Amino acid sequence: MNKSFSNHHALKDINIQFNKGETTVILGPSGSGKSTLLRCINLLEIPQTGTLEIDSFKIDFTQKLSQKDKLLIRQNTAMVFQSFNLFPHMTVLENVIEGPITVLKKDKSSMIHIGEQLLEKVGLLHKKDSYPSQLSGGQQQRVAIARALAMEPKFLLFDEPTSALDPELEGEVLKVLKALAEEQKSMIIVTHNLNFARVAADRILFLENGEILFDGRTDEFFNNTENERIISFIQSMQFI
Amino acid sequence: MSRELEIVLNSIWPVLKAGLAVTIPLSLISFAIALVIAVITALVKLSNFKILKLIFSTYVWIFRGTPLLVQLFLVFYGLPKAGVTLDPWTAAIITFSLNTGAYASESIRASILSIPKGQWEAAESLGMTYWQVLRRVIAPQTVRISLPPVTNDFIDLVKGTSLAASITIAEMFMIGQQIVAFTYEPLAIYALVAVIYLMFVSILTFIQGRLEKVASKYI
Ligand SMILES: Nc1ncnc2c1ncn2[C@@H]1O[C@H](COP(=O)(O)OP(=O)(O)OP(=O)(O)O)[C@@H](O)[C@H]1O
Ligand SMILES: [Mg+2]
Repeated sequence: MNKSFSNHHALKDINIQFNKGETTVILGPSGSGKSTLLRCINLLEIPQTGTLEIDSFKIDFTQKLSQKDKLLIRQNTAMVFQSFNLFPHMTVLENVIEGPITVLKKDKSSMIHIGEQLLEKVGLLHKKDSYPSQLSGGQQQRVAIARALAMEPKFLLFDEPTSALDPELEGEVLKVLKALAEEQKSMIIVTHNLNFARVAADRILFLENGEILFDGRTDEFFNNTENERIISFIQSMQFI
Repeated sequence: MSRELEIVLNSIWPVLKAGLAVTIPLSLISFAIALVIAVITALVKLSNFKILKLIFSTYVWIFRGTPLLVQLFLVFYGLPKAGVTLDPWTAAIITFSLNTGAYASESIRASILSIPKGQWEAAESLGMTYWQVLRRVIAPQTVRISLPPVTNDFIDLVKGTSLAASITIAEMFMIGQQIVAFTYEPLAIYALVAVIYLMFVSILTFIQGRLEKVASKYI
């Protein structure tokens, strides 16, 4: 796919396949197009050209996108944002079950049960009746993860899920992500946390200037001795 | 008892009665219609329908840009020249709802715009349609944010209904004028009228406070 903003070519002929059950971490300097790539997968941004395929369902961006296709892609790719974006007027549990009930027309009482299980999984069942404003950032992000899981998407997308958090709170969110990775959930995670990438990722994508400079196994990425750009990126990140 | 006090006491009920029978219903009916107009106008102005946007923007431009009194005169005394004759109540309700609708639409539009973009994105990324996002995510938050400015518009309307006197509606202010005409006590009577307006507006402010509390329970 290709994505341009007015005069900036943010994604240049990106061509990738994400595999089920795999955790892919996207790395790259600021402005390299990481967020744009995730947002194009979730159709929060619409690429100008290219195709997007999930299982046997395919859309072509050169054609006019139908509302139905758009919603279908979105339901299958749940997004977790840097700024959480929980719905402030809903309780924690209501946040989690909102998507399935409103979008997937799931039955409310059975969703409450599933929602409670998901909250248990992220360690927040005791907060189910709280409002987001009563939670810490780390707790809010874990609710956002439960909200994404509730949609049972084929892919989970995370855009710097811990960048807005203090280091202590970052840990609790990363722990949840790591557990999901071990469950073989299909995840695509943009992060600046190299240590997390090293332990949780099956695969690393390295983006720069809207192009993929590296696409391969995690150990290959970190043991890479040839690509100067990657070596200097890893070094620069380790000094932060 | 002094003469003034007696006149004032005797005038309380006639003025208050005009308030209960005219000012309040006129305000409530006009406000209810104004709210509907305001929500539609705000949504159109936030949409991508170019021609509709132009029409609604022109409406807001005209009604915010001209005096309410002039609008009332145009509708009640002016329109008959164009073959549209309206009774005073109809003319008043039409004018007041369009006028308040114009102001309230801007209050509501500003409230919607103040909701972080992330709320739209989070809802859309769940696969919600535009209407689902509006209904489930944006509307409840807009109600809370727009309560103070929209109540302001409502208060302006309540006071603005005094202008209906000029198109022959016997609301509080007109009753006050009539009492002054035969008692020659402008200070006492107009003060009484003012106090009753103040009372009505205070009740509104009190209700606003209550509603704000309910709407803000999640903050
Ligand atoms: N809505 C937009 N309008 C215009 N330009 C944009 C928009 N969104 C992104 N861009 C540009 O596209 C490029 C890629 O942005 P993107 O947000 O994807 O980078 P990123 O890799 O996520 O960076 P960061 O690590 O800082 O989050 C940047 O140059 C950015 O300025
Ligand atoms: Mg980004």
